[in-house]
Amino acid sequence: MVVARELRRRYGETDALRGIGFEVGRGELFGIIGPDGAGKTTLFRVLATLLLADSGSATIDGLDVARDYAALRRRLGYMPGRFSLYQDLTVEENLEFFATVFGATIEANYALVADIYRQLEPFKKRRAGALSGGMKQKLALCCALIHKPELLLLDEPTTGVDPVSRKEFWDMLGRLNGQGITILVSTPYMDEAGLCDRIALMQGGSFLDVDRPAGIVAKYPHALWAVRASRMSGLLGDLRDKAGVLSCFAFGDSHHVATDGSLGPAELERYLASRGHESIEIGRIEPGIEDCFMDLAGAGEGR
Amino acid sequence: MKAIEAQSLTKSFGDFVAVDRISFSVEEGEIFGFLGANGAGKTTAMRMLCGLSKPSSGFGWVAGLDIGRQSEKVKASIGYMSQKFALYDDLTVRENIRLYAGIYGLPDRLIAGKTDGLLAGLGFGEERETFVRDLPLGWKQKLAFSVAIVHEPRIVFLDEPTGGVDPATRRRFWELIYQAAERGITVFVTTHYMDEAEYCDRVSIMVDGRIAALDEPAELKRSLGAASMDEVFRLIARGAKRGGE
Repeated sequence: MVVARELRRRYGETDALRGIGFEVGRGELFGIIGPDGAGKTTLFRVLATLLLADSGSATIDGLDVARDYAALRRRLGYMPGRFSLYQDLTVEENLEFFATVFGATIEANYALVADIYRQLEPFKKRRAGALSGGMKQKLALCCALIHKPELLLLDEPTTGVDPVSRKEFWDMLGRLNGQGITILVSTPYMDEAGLCDRIALMQGGSFLDVDRPAGIVAKYPHALWAVRASRMSGLLGDLRDKAGVLSCFAFGDSHHVATDGSLGPAELERYLASRGHESIEIGRIEPGIEDCFMDLAGAGEGR
Repeated sequence: MKAIEAQSLTKSFGDFVAVDRISFSVEEGEIFGFLGANGAGKTTAMRMLCGLSKPSSGFGWVAGLDIGRQSEKVKASIGYMSQKFALYDDLTVRENIRLYAGIYGLPDRLIAGKTDGLLAGLGFGEERETFVRDLPLGWKQKLAFSVAIVHEPRIVFLDEPTGGVDPATRRRFWELIYQAAERGITVFVTTHYMDEAEYCDRVSIMVDGRIAALDEPAELKRSLGAASMDEVFRLIARGAKRGGE
């Protein structure tokens, strides 16, 4: 469905995209995961035919994003990161407008948005600018969907959204995906990775890896331990001082410690006890996507 | 004295009660996580505590000052940093520190020394004349936090300071927060990352303008039988009627 090859784009001195290549299959839910400044928005703008790459190519369904932009725009639904609907039009008018621009009607494609639009219907006479954040997001998704696109491009739809609303939004994406729509979605929240079929981890204009979430986890090269003790604050520094510890970071109520083969849990426990720690708990754990991201991004200086 | 105290603090906009009679207090030197769903009233409550918005009713004291009647003094006694850090891209690192030190009312004779100390503490010796726009994100974040506490306030308010930041930088930022707390600065912080709620001494969770839960993270997990703060948040925020900002 999406084929990108060696996409490059600079803004002045900044390399926003440094040779991005990947493919997305029809019907996939593909996530691009990375922090602010990784280049996610630039990539989305290139794929949405709104920005030309300096070099490289991208096709969607065989159509070139630069040459065939007019035909492509009918097949794409794009939801930018910043709210871009008409604030002075009502909910209903916005949806009507986007349908008309794409030569569609609300009636013809209502089934696709019904699930989401039903929650907006009580407010359909309200101006979009007066909607709450969660409602704006739902309306923007409806407007991106109303011409029945084959590919949805969603640029950080859940940024700044609380965990409960984020989960609801992902439930909606899952249902849309189940109806056969291919979805390319970006997010800075690493915990959303597991909801995608495949993900790309992005930083500094490059993809660090592209795989199924389980595949990325399986490739994690170190032994990882969750470590707790009665005094958590001094623990971080002590762990980072120990030879054989590759990195150590706080993760919720424990510290995640990556070690090389030379350091086992028994030795680690003896060492921590010698530094005066008590109630030491050390357990082997599976890495999460954040652990993998930090390792791939070379956060090894976290020691 | 408590660092922050709220008694039936309320803010209404017309018929809409954004913050509905909240009462709580924060101890000196505590790291207090202020959580809630979008639209629960966090931002409105925080604006009142920072002296930017007058309460409709109820009372609040920050650093012993009445937020309703001494809002200017409140502003001078606190530090504030938001996700969109208010650094000036076109000024150098040194000029940004100089500017904020001046705005926070540090006397000129102290500013030069303060600036040197701060740059050394951050390990920014080489970058003192670098434009802020050329700093990596993680450095900007450290600098933004440092200028927010350049006047050594007793309390610093952090409004989603780690949104959109990569996982390693986010964790390094929390190490800075701990250092500040160890120096006795009270930290009042909002976040959408539930693992960060674990790093707080206590957290409150706002739902529909009220404080629905307030305790230590371990105690909240225990009382609700939840495995993580993410689950605690979902269980408590599930009943919310309001959505959106």
